[in-house]
Amino acid sequence: MKLLQEQTQKLKIGESLIIQTASRLLIPFIQLFGLYVIVHGHYSPGGGFQGGVILGASFVLLALAFDQKFSMQYMSEKTSGLLANTGALIFVGTGTLCAIFGGLFLHYSALDVLIPLGPIEWRSFGIFIVEVGVGLAVMSNMAILFWVLGSNGEMDEGL
Amino acid sequence: MKALALFTTLVTGAVLLYGTMDFPAFGDPQSPASTHISAYFIEEAVHETHVPNLVTAVLGDYRGYDTMFETVVIYCAGLAVISVLRRKKSDKEDSRS
Repeated sequence: MKLLQEQTQKLKIGESLIIQTASRLLIPFIQLFGLYVIVHGHYSPGGGFQGGVILGASFVLLALAFDQKFSMQYMSEKTSGLLANTGALIFVGTGTLCAIFGGLFLHYSALDVLIPLGPIEWRSFGIFIVEVGVGLAVMSNMAILFWVLGSNGEMDEGL
Repeated sequence: MKALALFTTLVTGAVLLYGTMDFPAFGDPQSPASTHISAYFIEEAVHETHVPNLVTAVLGDYRGYDTMFETVVIYCAGLAVISVLRRKKSDKEDSRS
């Protein structure tokens, strides 16, 4: 109890212990659901864009409930930039690999030369790889956009 | 000037609405969109890609090029926002002193 009181006294204006505790509990499930939406895009509504937005929203919630520095402890500016690059690169790189291994651009069956899964299974698996790339790019871009716009470009305190 | 803008808006809107009258009815099975390639996707997509969700199959495979540039657009948006708005902390201290 005393610990809670001390914690509450340390809070700045606009921060609430209830909201912070609730977000602490919710954010793992939000992120898990985001991963589920990306991975389960083959069987249900969802996919890279939607799952990426859900994952990005978890970082936005973290930045709103606590402050931006706290949110950036979990994914730094550099990491998110790298992830955005990686995501776009995964998509374009998959397409280019298909072209290199003797198919058309983004014709995933051509990757059968690398790992023999069968041309049709590769079309399914290629979609999955590409969706993961989209998810990474969208997640980190959501977070970056919120951080930069919310902190006046300084990436410190935020809203 | 405001009246002119309102007039232009109304006329353009009326012309666009008039244009929609030539559209096929909503969900018309005989419309060109439904007869040309949608039928092929519905019949062949699961068999050709082994993805039960047709939307994902079309988005990720048949229209992969489109989806790729959607991703690139989002990536470019993030890049543009960072390069325009990001400031170093030292700038702020300089302007304060």
